[in-house]
Amino acid sequence: MARLSLRDARVWQIFSLGLLLIFGVSKLGFDQTLTNIALIISTALATQWLCGRFIAGVPFDPLSPLITAFSLCLLLRTSSPEFLVLGAVLAIGSKFILRFDGKHIFNPGNFGVAAMLLFTNVAWISPAQWGSKTWAAFLFICLACLVLSRARRADIAIAFLGSYVAILLLRALYLGDPLAIPMKQMQSGALLLFTFFMITDPKTTPDRRSARILFAVMVAAAGAWLQFAYYLPQGLIYALFFASPLVPLLDRLFPRERSDVRFQWSRPALN
Amino acid sequence: MEMNPMARYARPLLAAALLSCSGLFAAAPAHAFCGFYVAKADAKLFNKASKVVVARKGEQTAVTMASDYEGDLKEFALVIPVPTVVGKDQIKIIESAWVDHLDAYSAPRLVEYFDPDPCNPPIAYSAATPRNTVMMAMADSSASRAKALGVKIEAQYTVGEYDILILSATQSDGLSTWLTESGYKIPQGAAPVLGSYIKQDMKFFVARVNLTEQAKTGRQFLRPIQVNYSTHKFMLPIRLGTVNSNGPQDMIMLMLTEKGRVETTNYRTIRMPSNMDVPIFTKTDFGGFYRAMFDHQVKKDDMRAVYLEYAWDMGWCDPCAADPLPNNQLVALGAFWLNQSASKEDLRLPPRMSNVFVTRLHVRYDAAHFPEDLVFQETADRANFQGRYVLRHPYTGQSSCPQLDDYQRSLQTRFEREATTLTQLTGWDLAEIRTKMRANGQAVK
Repeated sequence: MARLSLRDARVWQIFSLGLLLIFGVSKLGFDQTLTNIALIISTALATQWLCGRFIAGVPFDPLSPLITAFSLCLLLRTSSPEFLVLGAVLAIGSKFILRFDGKHIFNPGNFGVAAMLLFTNVAWISPAQWGSKTWAAFLFICLACLVLSRARRADIAIAFLGSYVAILLLRALYLGDPLAIPMKQMQSGALLLFTFFMITDPKTTPDRRSARILFAVMVAAAGAWLQFAYYLPQGLIYALFFASPLVPLLDRLFPRERSDVRFQWSRPALN
Repeated sequence: MEMNPMARYARPLLAAALLSCSGLFAAAPAHAFCGFYVAKADAKLFNKASKVVVARKGEQTAVTMASDYEGDLKEFALVIPVPTVVGKDQIKIIESAWVDHLDAYSAPRLVEYFDPDPCNPPIAYSAATPRNTVMMAMADSSASRAKALGVKIEAQYTVGEYDILILSATQSDGLSTWLTESGYKIPQGAAPVLGSYIKQDMKFFVARVNLTEQAKTGRQFLRPIQVNYSTHKFMLPIRLGTVNSNGPQDMIMLMLTEKGRVETTNYRTIRMPSNMDVPIFTKTDFGGFYRAMFDHQVKKDDMRAVYLEYAWDMGWCDPCAADPLPNNQLVALGAFWLNQSASKEDLRLPPRMSNVFVTRLHVRYDAAHFPEDLVFQETADRANFQGRYVLRHPYTGQSSCPQLDDYQRSLQTRFEREATTLTQLTGWDLAEIRTKMRANGQAVK
């Protein structure tokens, strides 16, 4: 097992996600029982262990599957617990099976949620579960995590959030809506969770900064389109899901510079 | 010990309850709630409350709007944005009683239990007991004037006691000018909202009362009006109603779906606190209690949430605030999918283990806290939820045994807990609650 280090960005992510989950379940009344949480976490860890041993032949590392498990606990809701297990297996399994050029294609949490939403009719997400009252605290935790994690993926978070907010403002301007509407749409816990813990995943975003920014703008535009034209509350999740297969193409079009070393969790500062 | 008048008829009622429980709910899980249904808190409790029934499967949607309008019928008008042009056969008039029935069926409920004799505890058993509009005036207007203003009268019908226009428009100023010239009292500030709907490609459904037709019905009140359409927009437009409104309004949304519970996706949906033991005096004014609790919750959540009051399979209820609706009423309220599966015989009965799921949502809203229209999604959640509040009557019969002292002591703790619960739920003063409890025979310290 890899040695736990506070320099590893994932430790801080697990800490932040765990904090959000405890807060969500105890104070905001999330529709997630403790049994379900335990089920998701143990399934994710078991899948990681099995796939690591029998597919990839790599040592067991609990940190990444824990992040995925926490994301699933926060996002995924299903009509019965066995579907949560399925979601966790799909999420972690995708990392080992859907790969290209030494990288996995999908953010595992995103894949698990999107696959359940698209291919079954037993799952849903509740984007409004966070309310808007706790938004400021949430933003603080996300930013703190970003600073602490030193994962060097602030560029994609800023590019995504910037373009998404710009779309909200332009839409309101076009419709003649009061500023209160885009402001309310911005104050969303689901949006922050997506920005700081899903689209910023260094393993599944393009290697080159310019490509990452392009990718972020694409996801923001597609997500907003699905959300506002098709009334799909899971628009952003779908947008990232469908945009992820483009990452290998973007990596080819925008190859990383020779001096760049590909991202590795244990050496975040090198990225 | 003084005999509680309640205790005298407690036994026979419980027996009756047991019978009906085994008869009606044989398939119900053993841990089903039990208790006597004694009161409900329906939509009439809340001032300025509108009731809307939304039935939806896939993209097929039926929105039924009930109005408790009591003013001059000449003055009544309704303007609502709709996602498509609707044909005459897509507009229906619905019996008020059916909407009221659905309201009553799903309303928060008060149940009561009677403690058994602590000296002769009964063998354990489980028993369940069945038990906006924008107001404006309207006048005719020529189509050419409408055209000049960029307003197009897409269709014009008389359905039941209503005259209906379906309008589309190219610009908000034109539409508000046309509406004003046609005799509508457009609230100030409505034009930007109309403009937003126009740009989102919405049409406008405008209804007024046809006095001749209304006279023919012989009714003093207006029947609910239903609009059917197919749309991916699962939403209710609330913005026009908040323009220039005096204070917050309440809306009860009764959703009928096939798969499961409905929730809002752009505002938090919260379950109302439920299944709590409350002091016995609550029975005398259950409406007042529920209203106070709702006010208190709204305040606590800064008026930024939608409340879930009921989520249940239409096939049954436990306890029932009103009987489940028969299939023909559900079909009339828009649950068209029942029609495809059921025979004629079936339609008169409530659906058995049905494929209609009822969600009752209650929102208090104004423009400041609810700037956006309500957007919904249907989830796969079929877990039952109801607003249910429990009265527990202490045993007041004659008995003597060593256990009696323990029982009396446990009552003290119980009464105290009930008082604290009530103050937490409603924000009422604890000392006042205690006084009222003592006056009602609950000897709290």
